[in-house]
Amino acid sequence: MNRLSWFNVTSLTLGFAFLYLPMVILVLYSFNESKLVTVWAGFSTKWYGELLQNEAFLDAAWVTIKVAVLSSTFATVLGTMAAYVLVRGGRFLGRTLFSGMIYAPLVMPEVITGLSLLLLFIGIGLDRGVLTIVLAHTTFSMCYVSVVVSSRLMTFDRSLEEAALDLGCSSFDAFRLVTLPIIAPAVISGWLLAFTLSLDDLVIASFTAGPSATTLPIKIFSAVRLGVSPEINALSTIMIGIVTVGVISASLISKRNSLRQQRDEQAAARTA
Amino acid sequence: MQRFALIAIPYAWLLALFLIPFVIVFKISLSDIALAIPPYTPTLSDGVGPFFSALDFENFAFLASDDLYWKAYVSSLRIAAISTILTLLVGYPIAYAMAHAPEEWRPTLMMLVILPFWTSFLIRVYAWMGILSQEGFLNQFLLWAGLIDAPLTILNTTTAVYIGIVYTYVPFMILPIFAALDRLDGSLIEAAEDLGCSRLQAFWLVTIPLSKNGIIAGSFLVFIPALGEFVIPSLLGGSGTLMIGKVLWEEFFNNRDWPVASAVAVILLLILIIPIVLFQRNQQRQAEEEA
Repeated sequence: MNRLSWFNVTSLTLGFAFLYLPMVILVLYSFNESKLVTVWAGFSTKWYGELLQNEAFLDAAWVTIKVAVLSSTFATVLGTMAAYVLVRGGRFLGRTLFSGMIYAPLVMPEVITGLSLLLLFIGIGLDRGVLTIVLAHTTFSMCYVSVVVSSRLMTFDRSLEEAALDLGCSSFDAFRLVTLPIIAPAVISGWLLAFTLSLDDLVIASFTAGPSATTLPIKIFSAVRLGVSPEINALSTIMIGIVTVGVISASLISKRNSLRQQRDEQAAARTA
Repeated sequence: MQRFALIAIPYAWLLALFLIPFVIVFKISLSDIALAIPPYTPTLSDGVGPFFSALDFENFAFLASDDLYWKAYVSSLRIAAISTILTLLVGYPIAYAMAHAPEEWRPTLMMLVILPFWTSFLIRVYAWMGILSQEGFLNQFLLWAGLIDAPLTILNTTTAVYIGIVYTYVPFMILPIFAALDRLDGSLIEAAEDLGCSRLQAFWLVTIPLSKNGIIAGSFLVFIPALGEFVIPSLLGGSGTLMIGKVLWEEFFNNRDWPVASAVAVILLLILIIPIVLFQRNQQRQAEEEA
């Protein structure tokens, strides 16, 4: 059963070629000498140099990183609280509405979320800028964080928490010393997810950004609308590179951790 | 007290930044456009009585009377449906092959499917602009291979939108189908073949029905976001590609007609509620079956 048939080999090859070739082509053409992105004129890194001198892009990149760090941190705190409430909160008034509000943003079209937040900010007279983008991003990413964290909370052994409480911990200490270390991997992946979602978002940021703050996706989108440009290819290559290194090292670290945990458990079993 | 704060903080946040904004969208969809800041009337400063009496369904009547909006809704539904089917046709064989790959390959294959999801959506759509354009990579390749004599026009057509949606959403299709196929007991297929089924019949009569849940979940995960898609039709589609997300954007940013943009949003939401509720039901039923 484990021998791959020709059909399976073909679908894997074609499937992954489809997923990865477009990005490979994009990366290759970022090293193209010619301004025309489609004609190969020799290897060059000049577009990277030009990119580093483009202050508009650098400013936008800085705003994007600031927004992503702030919003993913707020989203992780709020999302973890929301997950805890959903899984351990028991019954309270308006629980259905609460869980509805957690799941709804996951399927909401971004144009609607963006429009509604913009109308709110204008309604209360809040100037659009970094603050409004952070508020908007926190709101939709906290829902993703809470889904990730609550699935971890649901599977872990509640008696550990109860033991801590029996041994005299306050409920906050029990959370800090027992629950949090156990759900930490889920909280971290929630943060990473929120961070990438924020880095990536074009639509909601376009609605909630003001003239004082432009994010990188907004900048890229307005440049790309005019057509393909080698500078954008260079920028995309840098972003793809960062993500690839990040995701691969994150998965290696988590693999190493789980191996270590297995070893520890085996060692504990032997001594017991 | 602690418990109260724990519930109240995220609750208040979501009420203020998720629910109330929707109430505002709904209210503005009932308002009239005005040459003022903000560009609609009435506002609450007019007093509560006149405020409510000035609200009406004019914008919705306008949407119903103008062909453009009807066409945009119908064409969004059609594009979302067709691309869901195409995504299924592309995604199923990949998921099937992954489920039949040697055990030790699977984590790597899974990571390779998820990795593009972490890369910027905008960049993944942009990558296709360089491939599909007149003098793009695909046309150059086809000309070089002698398959065509003149470059094809693909960019700025609905075909490019289909390609873009399939490309960006195919991981959402692969993962649930892979999960379903991975759990499938191989001996059932052997039994079917022993009982005289051909391989194709066994696939059709055993594998497909047993991966039904994955197919349904994947289809919803593609169909729902595709319906309100904005980036793909605006970068890859042409002026002939009508999608409601793009119409809403243009109504808001180009025409500055906030009341009509809000009415478009309200109707899009009403259309989306049906597939979302169906999806929720399906997920719940599945969870119960497994329990």
